[in-house]
Amino acid sequence: MIYEGKQKIWSEYQKEIPDDHYFYVRSCIRQSFFPASEATFLDITRNRLGKDIFETEHHTTCGGIAYHSDTIPQETVMTIIARQFALMAKNGYENYVCSCITSFGLYCETMETWREFPELEAKIRENLWKTCKLEFAKPKFLIHASDLIYKYRNLIAAQAVRKLVNVHTGEPLKVVEHIGCHYSKMFPSKGVGGAEYPYVLTGMIEAWGGEIVDYPERRHCCGFGFRQYFIKGNRGYSLSNTHKKFESMEPFKPDLIITNCPGCPYFLDRWQYVIAESTGKTYGPDGHGIPALTYEEVAGLVMGYDPWDLGLQTHQIGPEPLLDKMGVEYDPAKKYLGKNGKNIGEPLPCTCLKG
Amino acid sequence: MKNNILIIGGGPAGLEASAQLQRMGYNVILIEKAPKLGGHLAKWDRLFPDSVPADEVLGGLLRSAEGVKCFTDTDVRAINRLDKSYNVRLTNGITVLSDAVLVASGFDLFDAVKKEEYGYGIYDQVMTNADLEAYFKTGSDKRIENPGRIGFAHCVGSRDEKSGCRSCSKVCCATAVKQAIEIKQAFPKAEVYCFYMDLRLFGRHYEDIYLKAQKEYGVRFIRGRLAEVSENYDGTLQVKAEDTVAGKPLKVTLDLLVLMSGMRPSASGKAIGDLLEMTVEEDGYFAVRSGIAAGQRSPIPGIFLAGAATGPKTLPETLADARAAAMEIDRYLTEIFPDAKNYKQLVRERW
Repeated sequence: MIYEGKQKIWSEYQKEIPDDHYFYVRSCIRQSFFPASEATFLDITRNRLGKDIFETEHHTTCGGIAYHSDTIPQETVMTIIARQFALMAKNGYENYVCSCITSFGLYCETMETWREFPELEAKIRENLWKTCKLEFAKPKFLIHASDLIYKYRNLIAAQAVRKLVNVHTGEPLKVVEHIGCHYSKMFPSKGVGGAEYPYVLTGMIEAWGGEIVDYPERRHCCGFGFRQYFIKGNRGYSLSNTHKKFESMEPFKPDLIITNCPGCPYFLDRWQYVIAESTGKTYGPDGHGIPALTYEEVAGLVMGYDPWDLGLQTHQIGPEPLLDKMGVEYDPAKKYLGKNGKNIGEPLPCTCLKG
Repeated sequence: MKNNILIIGGGPAGLEASAQLQRMGYNVILIEKAPKLGGHLAKWDRLFPDSVPADEVLGGLLRSAEGVKCFTDTDVRAINRLDKSYNVRLTNGITVLSDAVLVASGFDLFDAVKKEEYGYGIYDQVMTNADLEAYFKTGSDKRIENPGRIGFAHCVGSRDEKSGCRSCSKVCCATAVKQAIEIKQAFPKAEVYCFYMDLRLFGRHYEDIYLKAQKEYGVRFIRGRLAEVSENYDGTLQVKAEDTVAGKPLKVTLDLLVLMSGMRPSASGKAIGDLLEMTVEEDGYFAVRSGIAAGQRSPIPGIFLAGAATGPKTLPETLADARAAAMEIDRYLTEIFPDAKNYKQLVRERW
C-alpha cells in the first residue's frame, strides 16, 4: 500500500465545510438503531465545542427510503426536501447539516437535478408555496454530519481523554472504516476524499490515534442495499454482502468498525449475530464479534462519555472487549439501566456469539 | 535558397519528417523538449507485431536524421506570424525565422492514477504498460518477482467517457498481446489474463500474434472490463471484473496487474497550439484541414501536423504520416510560398 498515493487523491477531494452555524436535521431511523448518536453529536458540537447547531421539531423525514423503494413520485420527494430547506432559511440559516447518508445523497441528487433542470426547480418552488406557504431556498453549504465531525476532529482530539490505542500493548487499534454508499459514490466530489478512498472517517481515526485497515471488500455494500433488505425475498443478498465483507476483513484482525450511515452499523452489527448463530463463525477474538460503531459513538468514547450514555448497550456485539482495550471505565451493572435507572430489558444470551 | 523549416517534437514523426525534408534540400531545425530524442520510442523495449527492438528502429531514425540541426531541452517560447513566415523564439535563446512549421508533438500516456478504482499509485502490484516496457528494457522492477498470475487491463483511459477519453488509442490491444507473450516468455509458468472490451487488432500480422498468444502461450482473454482492484492481506491483488461471454461476475487474485494506459493529447503540444491559436477537436487532438484529403495540414497556412498530434497512431502510421507531411511541406514551399504576388490567392485556393 502506498500511503502517499492516497494522500494525493485525498488532496484532490476536499470540500468547503463552514466552521459554524448549522441547521441540523435528524435521520428517521438512527434514533431507533443507535439512540444516543444524534444526541451525542449535538452535545459534542454545542456543549463541548461551543458551536451553533440549530434543530427544529418541525422537520420531517427526507422521503429517501420511499424514494429508493419507488413508492413516492420524484416531485413529491423534492417538495419534502424543499420544505426542509425552507425551514432552514426561515430560521435564519444557510448551512444545512444532515445526520443521514441516504438523505445526504438524496439532497445532493436533488440539488444537481434542480441545477440541470431549472424548470423542475420552478415547479417545486410552486408546489412548496401551494402546499406549505413557505419560501423556496437552497442551502449555501450542504454537509453531512460526519463531515462536520471530520472538520472538528482535531478539536475533539484536543479534548480527548483517551486515544484509539490498546492500553495493554500501546499499539493503535486497527479500525475498519465503512462509508455509506450514498455519501460519495454518486457524487465523488461531494465527499471528503472522494468515492474510492474516502477520507472522512479515516481522518477521524488518524486524528484520534487509530490505524486504518484497508481490506479487499472495503468498498462493498454493508448489506443494507435497499432492494436487498426491503424486499423480503432478497434478504439473503443482504446477509451474503455482509458475510463477504467480514470474510474479507477477518485476516486483518480489526478491533473496531466505524461507519457514517444509519444502515451500515446496524447491518454490520446485527448480521454478525445471524452469521454466528447460523454457522458458528465469529470474527472477533474468543467468540466475540467486531464492534461496529457510529462516528459519534467513537468520538464520544475518546472524549470520555460513559459508554452506556452513548447507547453501546443497544448494539448486538458487546462493546466490553473494545472498552477494555481502550481502558474505558464502565459499570457492568448499569449496562441495561436507562436514564432514570429503570431497567430497559436485557437480551437473552446468544448460543455462539459472546456478549 | 533553402527554406527554413522548424519541426517541433523529436519523436518518431519529427525525426522521420526531418530526415525526409533534409533529403529534399531544406534547412531543418528540430527542437525537442526532453533531454534526448526519440519520444516514447526511446523508452520502449520491443515493438509489435514482430518484437523488433525499439532501439534498432530508433537508431535507424536517428541515423537518417543526421545533419539536422537539433536542439534538445528546448521548447517554444513565442511564435509570431509574419507575412508568410513564422518568427519563433526558442527557450534556448535562439530565434528562428521559419517558412513552415511542423508540429509533431506526439502524445502523453494517460495518467493511470485517474482511474482511481484500479489503484495505480496506491497498490504496490499495479503497474502500467510503460512500467512493464521499462522492466523489459532494464530487467529490474521491484514489483516483478516471479509472478504467478498476471493480468492486463485493456482500455485504461481509452474508450472511457467516465475519464473523459472517448477515443480508442489503437495501439493498446496489440501492445497488451505483445506484452502478454513477453511476460510468458520471461515467466513460462505464469497464468496470464487479458481483460478486454473489444480486441481492435486491425494491422497486418496483429491477428497472428493474438492467435499465437492463445495457442502457444496459453494467454486467457476475458471479455469484460475491470470493476475494481484492491489489495489482499498478503499484498496480492483482488480484481473484480465481468466475464460478459460467460455472463458472470468474476473475481481473481493476481500477483501483478498491468494497466494499458492509452494515448492522450500531449500537454506540451497543447501549449504550442495555444501559442499558434490552433484549433483542437473535442477529443483534444489538433484539427486538420481535411481528415481524408489533407490530414497533415492544419487550418493555418504554413503550419503542418504529423504523428499522434492529430490522434492515436501506430508507429508505422506515424512514420507514413511524417513522410506525407514532408511531401505536403515541399508542395507548399515550391508551389505556393514562392509566389509573393499571388500568395494569398493561392493559399485560399490550395491550402
